[in-house]
Amino acid sequence: MKNFIARLASGALLAVASGSALADELNMRVGVTEISRQVYELHMIILGICVVIGIIVFGALFWSVFNHRKSLGAEPANFHDDTRIEIAWTVIPTLILILMAIPATQVLVAMYDTGGEDMLVEVRGYQWKWQYKYLDGDYNDTYSFFSNLATPRDQITNQSVKTDNYLLEVDEPLRIPANRKVRFLVTAEDVIHAWWVPDFGIKRDAVPGMLNELWTVVPEPGVYRGQCTELCGKDHGFMPIVVEVLPEQEFDAWYASKVTSELVREESFAETLTHEQLMANGETVYGTYCASCHLVNGEGIPPAFPAIVGSAIASGPRDEHLSLVINGVAGTAMQAFGKQLDPVQLASVVHYQRHAFGNDAGDMSQPQDVMNLSNGQ
Amino acid sequence: MSEVIHAGHHDHHDHGPAKGLLRWLYTTNHKDIGTLYLWFSFAMFLIGGLMALVIRTELFQPGLQFVQPEFFNQMTTNHGLIMVFGAIMPAFVGLANWLIPMQVGAPDMALPRMNNLSFWILPFAFGIMISTLFMEGGGPNFGWTFYAPLSTTYAPDSVTFFIFAVHLMGASSIMGSINIIATILNMRAPGMTLMKMPMFVWTWLITAYLLIAVMPVLAGAVTMMLFDIHFGTSFFNAAGGGDPVMFQHIFWFFGHPEVYIMILPAFGIISHIIPAFARKQLFGYTSMVYAVASIAFLSFIVWAHHMFTVGMPLAGQLFFMYSTMLIAIPTGVKVFNWIATMWRGSMTFETPMLFAIAFVVLFTMGGFSGLMLAITPADYQYHDTYFVVAHFHYVLVPGALFSIIAAVYFWLPKWTGKMYDEALGKLHFWLSFIGVNVTFFPQHFSGLAGMPRRIPDYALQFADFNMLSSIGAFIFGFSQLFFLFVVIKAIRSGKPATARGWEGARGLEWTLPSPAPYHSFTHPPEVKAEEVHG
Repeated sequence: MKNFIARLASGALLAVASGSALADELNMRVGVTEISRQVYELHMIILGICVVIGIIVFGALFWSVFNHRKSLGAEPANFHDDTRIEIAWTVIPTLILILMAIPATQVLVAMYDTGGEDMLVEVRGYQWKWQYKYLDGDYNDTYSFFSNLATPRDQITNQSVKTDNYLLEVDEPLRIPANRKVRFLVTAEDVIHAWWVPDFGIKRDAVPGMLNELWTVVPEPGVYRGQCTELCGKDHGFMPIVVEVLPEQEFDAWYASKVTSELVREESFAETLTHEQLMANGETVYGTYCASCHLVNGEGIPPAFPAIVGSAIASGPRDEHLSLVINGVAGTAMQAFGKQLDPVQLASVVHYQRHAFGNDAGDMSQPQDVMNLSNGQ
Repeated sequence: MSEVIHAGHHDHHDHGPAKGLLRWLYTTNHKDIGTLYLWFSFAMFLIGGLMALVIRTELFQPGLQFVQPEFFNQMTTNHGLIMVFGAIMPAFVGLANWLIPMQVGAPDMALPRMNNLSFWILPFAFGIMISTLFMEGGGPNFGWTFYAPLSTTYAPDSVTFFIFAVHLMGASSIMGSINIIATILNMRAPGMTLMKMPMFVWTWLITAYLLIAVMPVLAGAVTMMLFDIHFGTSFFNAAGGGDPVMFQHIFWFFGHPEVYIMILPAFGIISHIIPAFARKQLFGYTSMVYAVASIAFLSFIVWAHHMFTVGMPLAGQLFFMYSTMLIAIPTGVKVFNWIATMWRGSMTFETPMLFAIAFVVLFTMGGFSGLMLAITPADYQYHDTYFVVAHFHYVLVPGALFSIIAAVYFWLPKWTGKMYDEALGKLHFWLSFIGVNVTFFPQHFSGLAGMPRRIPDYALQFADFNMLSSIGAFIFGFSQLFFLFVVIKAIRSGKPATARGWEGARGLEWTLPSPAPYHSFTHPPEVKAEEVHG
């Protein structure tokens, strides 16, 4: 609380000293794009109008409260109707509203100017992570990846100290170039999510079966953070958005290297891995993709999220287990991970589930098995 | 004045309530049913409030301390559903039951048996809904707006019980509305023309039409959910050719008029209390009636302002922005008229008046944030953040709820024949006023700084305001237990009230003795000019 009061006081001081906006904690962020700046100005105009009207209206109310009291001997007046004044307080607000609507319309029209982009990124919401795909001019998927919450579990459960970007950090951020118009196609795989980066002044719902459009041009390189803003289930509060804006050349170099390393990674799918390699990989994948529902100890949260410990699937035929993870279970929260993970990750995580938490299926799952199963369908 | 009415002397067939507990089960009396509604809504208010305190306890500090995210989501969902459908709406129906027959000069409601049924459905509806919290897989966890497909394909099994409960609540509301309309249109005393009706009666007449128009839409939405879940249809399932956004259009076509269903009767109540304590007639009665009618009409053409981020075309966004901004005009007219009523009055500040003035100020603040939310480009930054939470709590808590509390203090002398303790009432007011502002004002700031709503844990920059908000919530929550104490103390040992109740009170109900007789007006009263508008 002390901290809070100190910050509130410093915020007020700052406002007085600078004569401009209040500290970040008290007001909307100005952001870093042309659009976010326009939105901020619009917000300040409307807020200002509301404050002025508020001062006049509440001023009249409290004037009356303090002066027209029975205890001061006030006698009630007898008026109860006046057509002229009724017309006045209908027409004046209408004019004020028209004044507000003009800049609002201008900003909205500017926001809807989605054409002429330099690059295209698909943003796809999943329970509870984001997938980003760079699309080339023909809408081909050139490079895609998932962006998961990176805050360690023990910070969330208060077993270790929370760091600065608590809940606002991801394992792999979306990278975009500065000064280029980036168009986003926003959609979702399962339920509705919403993609929001406050500093860009853009937010759009990610709706399954729909492609929504957004765009931005960010002049300044930097790291910008946001969160999912549509309730999407259990871990709605744990799917942040991090966008790293790189200088143009740096982005181009990074992007070229990513596309090359993708080809190298695909070659590795043919390799055969040892039990130790599979278990090590699998534990990482499990922690990122499975543990939020099935828990780190594999006990799950039945009945919605079944246990993996002692599960019939984890001790049954290997290919059925693989298929279940690849295809998901329709009508439940179990997703089709075949779309999200590569063959090495799938083989590893299934192998891990079959040999961790006291499970001991005693078999091997290899990337090649995953590819055979996927191709067989 | 009161001695004009000789109902008790004339009617030798008059009988009081039946004896024993079964009185409450079988009763068809408008006052008994009004009482049932009011106590039921208070019980729901405490349960919904308890859930709010679970939410605020978890949000006291960053990190997960008390509940897990899946239970947190059940708390936010059920808090919303219970407060909207279980606390605010039944409280207004309870007030309508108590007051409308007395205010229009009728003996009872027009359809007393249906009145009984429309109340007794509710405990079953809410019994079903609350029982889902104890079912395997938990209760509804998809927000009170239950957006598909989170509420269909991805919902817990208990969603079917939730759908059935919503159907029951809808049936109860529709029956209640039919009864209110039938009473107002058919049972007015001779001389009580429409444009002489008290504002509470006017606002409820319009509200009842809104309910009849939109509750079937809600029933349609949940029935389509039921079919998607159990019968393989794909109304809201994109994979089957359906559209999740269509769910939101249908929901908010119900939902926005629903918002006004929760505030129009409040406008009526405030329009009684301010003139009574300003000892001056309501300013601009005719424009007040037209303003309420305009708000009701506009409520049908603004629904998609809840959905500015779903990706509508530009023309649609502009239409819903402009139509939403229009609502500020009739709402402003109401606020100006209330202030003009106070202007050059002779005011005293008993508890009902304090709550009414707080209503005018704090509801107007909720109106300002509503106007800000109407501005589409700015809404992109506000949407689904705590700014929205602050906005609708400002219009619902110091708005709708304060009006209900004000109504209880104002009409309690008429209902019970007893006065509450003024000092305790004022203490309750100040605790509530401070509590509500400490709770909800900081939420404007955390929303503007970027905190999304419906999250069980948050980034460190939001910590200070959340802690403050939680402290306020506990002050507010416990001061409502104090309200219970004040009311029970008044009922048990309050000083006897006069028939007029308050020096400035006007209206037919104040011509009856206090407490009002069991069958309000057994003979149509004479509608005297000094008791009505116009």
